[in-house]
Amino acid sequence: MLNPLPVAFIRWIVVLPLLGAAINFLAGAALQKRFGRTAISLVGCGVVVGSFVIAVGALAGMLQLAPAQRFMLDDLWRWFDVGPLRLDIALWLDPLSMLMVLIVTGVGGLIHIYSTAYMHDDPAYWRFFGWLNLFTFAMLTLVLADNLWLMFVGWEGVGLCSFALIGFWYRERSNTNAGNKAFIVNRVGDWAFVIALYALFSGLRAVGHPTLVIRELARYAPLIADHPGYLGMSLVTFVTLFLFLGATGKSAQIPLHVWLPDAMAGPTPVSALIHAATMVTAGIYMVSRLNFLFSMAPATLEVIALVGAATALFAATIGITQTDIKRVLAYSTISQLGYMFAALGVGAYDFAVFHLMTHAFFKACLFLGAGSVIHALGGEQDMRRMGGLRERLPITFWTFLAATLALCGVPPFAGFMSKDGIIWAAFSRGPLFIWALLLTGAGVTVFYMFRQVYMTFFGDFRGTHEQEHHLHEAPWPMASVLVILGTLSVVGGFVMLPKFVSDFAPFARFLDPVFTAPATHSLMATEFHAHLEVYFALLALAVVAVGWILADACYRTGSLDAASLSGFADGIFYRLSLNKYYVDELYDRAVVRPYLFATRALAWFDLRIIDGIVNLAATLTVFASWLSGLLDRYVVDGLVNLAADATLAAGGRLRRVQTGSVNAYLYGILAAVMLILVIRAMVRA
Amino acid sequence: MLTHPLTLITFIPLVGMVAILLCPRALTPMCKWVAALTTGLQLPIAVWIYAHFDSATSAIQMVERHQWIANYHVYYFLGIDGISVSMVLLTALICFISVFASFSITRAEKGYYALLMLLDTGMMGVFVALDFFLFYIFWEVMLLPMYFLIGIWGGPRREYAAIKFFLYTLLGSVLILLVMLALYYYGDAHTFDMTQLAARAGSYSLTFQRICWLALFVGFAIKIPAFPFHTWLPDAHVEAPTAISVILAGVLLKMGTYGILRVNYPILPAASHELAWIFLGLVGTINIVYGAMVAMAQTDYKKLIAYSSISHMGYVMLGIASFTAVGINGAVLQMFNHGTITAMLFILVGVIYDRAHHREIDGFGGLAQQMPIYAGMTGFAFFAGMGLPGLSAFISEVLVLIGAWQTHPLMTVFGAGTAILTAGYLLWCFQRIYLGPLNEKYSGLTDLTLREAFTLVPLAAIVLLLGWYPHAILGLIHTSLDHLNQVVVNAATSATVALR
Repeated sequence: MLNPLPVAFIRWIVVLPLLGAAINFLAGAALQKRFGRTAISLVGCGVVVGSFVIAVGALAGMLQLAPAQRFMLDDLWRWFDVGPLRLDIALWLDPLSMLMVLIVTGVGGLIHIYSTAYMHDDPAYWRFFGWLNLFTFAMLTLVLADNLWLMFVGWEGVGLCSFALIGFWYRERSNTNAGNKAFIVNRVGDWAFVIALYALFSGLRAVGHPTLVIRELARYAPLIADHPGYLGMSLVTFVTLFLFLGATGKSAQIPLHVWLPDAMAGPTPVSALIHAATMVTAGIYMVSRLNFLFSMAPATLEVIALVGAATALFAATIGITQTDIKRVLAYSTISQLGYMFAALGVGAYDFAVFHLMTHAFFKACLFLGAGSVIHALGGEQDMRRMGGLRERLPITFWTFLAATLALCGVPPFAGFMSKDGIIWAAFSRGPLFIWALLLTGAGVTVFYMFRQVYMTFFGDFRGTHEQEHHLHEAPWPMASVLVILGTLSVVGGFVMLPKFVSDFAPFARFLDPVFTAPATHSLMATEFHAHLEVYFALLALAVVAVGWILADACYRTGSLDAASLSGFADGIFYRLSLNKYYVDELYDRAVVRPYLFATRALAWFDLRIIDGIVNLAATLTVFASWLSGLLDRYVVDGLVNLAADATLAAGGRLRRVQTGSVNAYLYGILAAVMLILVIRAMVRA
Repeated sequence: MLTHPLTLITFIPLVGMVAILLCPRALTPMCKWVAALTTGLQLPIAVWIYAHFDSATSAIQMVERHQWIANYHVYYFLGIDGISVSMVLLTALICFISVFASFSITRAEKGYYALLMLLDTGMMGVFVALDFFLFYIFWEVMLLPMYFLIGIWGGPRREYAAIKFFLYTLLGSVLILLVMLALYYYGDAHTFDMTQLAARAGSYSLTFQRICWLALFVGFAIKIPAFPFHTWLPDAHVEAPTAISVILAGVLLKMGTYGILRVNYPILPAASHELAWIFLGLVGTINIVYGAMVAMAQTDYKKLIAYSSISHMGYVMLGIASFTAVGINGAVLQMFNHGTITAMLFILVGVIYDRAHHREIDGFGGLAQQMPIYAGMTGFAFFAGMGLPGLSAFISEVLVLIGAWQTHPLMTVFGAGTAILTAGYLLWCFQRIYLGPLNEKYSGLTDLTLREAFTLVPLAAIVLLLGWYPHAILGLIHTSLDHLNQVVVNAATSATVALR
């Protein structure tokens, strides 16, 4: 593990999309004008497909190696070399990053192809592909980074692309608001992420191994196991907690989930690629990447399990009342990411990653199917104005249904294999309430998904005649992608079968070398009641059935009135769900507005008080100089003038003495002599 | 082979100034080209210096030392080390760019470019002078042209801003002058030689160090500008013409932190170690947070950028206060990066001001539609300002914070958290000016001209390059800075030992 195989091809996986982005950004407008959109499509899709081909080649190469030696390193150049900090721009391919690369370039490549049709009429076609390529580059950097700072480059890079693509149609104010919100909320998570890195680096430095290279961390992390940290926590707990807070930002978990539903303002392929299949799973990837570290911090794992399970149910309950076709899927994504975190929290890293993969298939399929519906309806996203699309959009319908069944965890669809595994792991390894939350969430999931399917594809069409007239099945680039992803939603889970069916699990075997650290977190003894798994799978199926029956009754047959359900208990639950539990409002009142007020207050303080003091000092100086001017004019100069005036006046007075009378002079002399004699006598005495 | 690279790079602009002044009236339009040629000559010398700088040693290089005023031991003493070399490069680059950013100036061109050249010499001199007396002369030389450049070619409140700038800086200069004299007369061997002053650092009493340190700090803090001495900056920026803002933010502010690294740290190391955490660490953190918050509330585009400068300079202070090799390297890299990014930002503000003749953030809207290249370039610069990974400021801010975490974790938490606030004010500003529906009033605006692009593209390229290969600067500076950091830490240790 510490001596990875040096190779030089990994860079091309990353460089190709970067090249595509560079071409599109620097020359895209000209290319589009000169050669049409086809040139852009070729570049935009070509580079990602190229990366995928290299990745498949890499997989073939990797499978040739013995499992314990499946680590390849492409070391490009020295990035930092300052004091104790030495990091390279280096890409690291191991089974986990291999899997992620395949998902990112595979599913990503499909979504690129889909976009050529979906975005075809957009004048800024080149800009769209530029950002999509740049996103692919950033995401690949994130997963292939051999050190945590390089991972952070990708981490924020995907955030940038997400921001730009959410606000892609920037003329609409609400779109750019959503972009800003996504970036800023993500930055809160990023802040926690970097704090974790500072603390981790500082701790490792104290034990003489200052590094942030992931494979070296795996080796040296045990040295800081008992290191004291901050805020009364051990260092490892502190670091992992902050890393997890970072993950809640990118992967939209409580409390930083608020940006993802708004992010649906972006074009639908963006929602599929970034806000469902790849970027939002970065948090899952990061935690599984650093599983050795998290396994050292049981307290953090408990927090992760709790937050994940709570988010899973919380978001699912919001999903049941949303009417925007994409928002339902957004809450579903938040919920499913919660399942993955719950799996991480109970130490079932392989199931978390497994669900990450199957989710990428079926959720991308769902989003792209929704995109096909929106495309067919000329931009309509409100499910209340849809219905009956089953016949008119058959490919979209059947693929959507397959993906829905996968998401609901119906066997043998892909989602069943992964999600059931998670629910079982939660029961067998975690506290009971985690399992209860996840199981309830599974039922709610089925309800909101079938509500969506029925509202969209069943019943009568509720849109305008204009829309009905233009209804059309997706063009071939979109339809073929739907078929591929729909197929993957069905068969994608067969790489890891439930234990009670078979021991066939090449997926887990493949990832085994990555998840070597023993999960120290196990609140209940695990394996002895493994035979119970099959009953729990049946129980989960029963819950699924309940969810489906309820949805069917409410939204297809109409035997149950959804409206009366929403009025239950004065409709308080309905209102909470519809308004997303008022979390946005809470943040607005508790954070945003007070902050804006504080900035205005500080600006006032700056202008009036601080600068006021400066200006006051200036004014006082001017006043003082005016005073000294007065002093100068009336006192200093005044004294001089006074002396002159006094002399003059004295002269004027004395002039009168000169009368010209001799008698008067003689009296004067006599008086003076007398005075002198008297004074002398007095002095003698 | 250049024999006197530092004299050459410092005084070439002075020659250019003379040439501009001698320009006959009929040839006045040629003045800008003389200036461009002059700064264009500076650039290859800067490149030569870059290529010939020995990064393996912390010693002073390319030394030129001649007796100047024998009675007072004043020397013409130039030299560079890792602390100054990046600043020399930055000055040459920013001056070159700012000449081209000045082309829209039409009033009294001759005087303008002559003063610009004088300013260039003053700034370059500050970074290469190692004799305190000479340093002080250059420090003052740079002040005067700046005063006139703001006061004559500035906006409506130019006289107020120019006088404020001048008097505020002069106040700082007086304090620096007093310390300079105090250091000169300390002990028997009178000298202005900074290396000698540093060599006898151990002989200064701690009280003497503290007084000198604080006086110098105020002098330099005004320039940085550190809270609460910062209010001259927004006024100066708002009134100054574009190119002068570029120089002001790009180079001048760096002199404050450079002064601290050049004078306070090596000459008064024990006091530095004792006082830095509060006056550089705490004040720097206040700068970071306060600047970002006040920027959020601004309605003037240029003022917003000015406050973001205050915020970003705080990272430099925090890094210097960390007393770690990583932090101090990050600080100097941040000085360089802030120079390039902020120069871009002010040029970009100038572009729209030249066209719309106002800077009200709420008075625009949707410019991305009308000026896509301009909007794209602004986006790049804004994200660079936000410290987006892959761009240069990320590296320096991260280095600063890694270092600062060792010594001041709580301050680091605030420093890192400000990245959220920075994203807040920059994205909000970007949204209001460039996004949304196009303000019909501006449907006739033209995109970047070739000249404007020429001033921005090289800076953008450097910002991108240093995000992926920071070694281009770090490799140059780290030996000297590691050494400087060691000096301060050692002095502190020996001071503690002496006290015991």
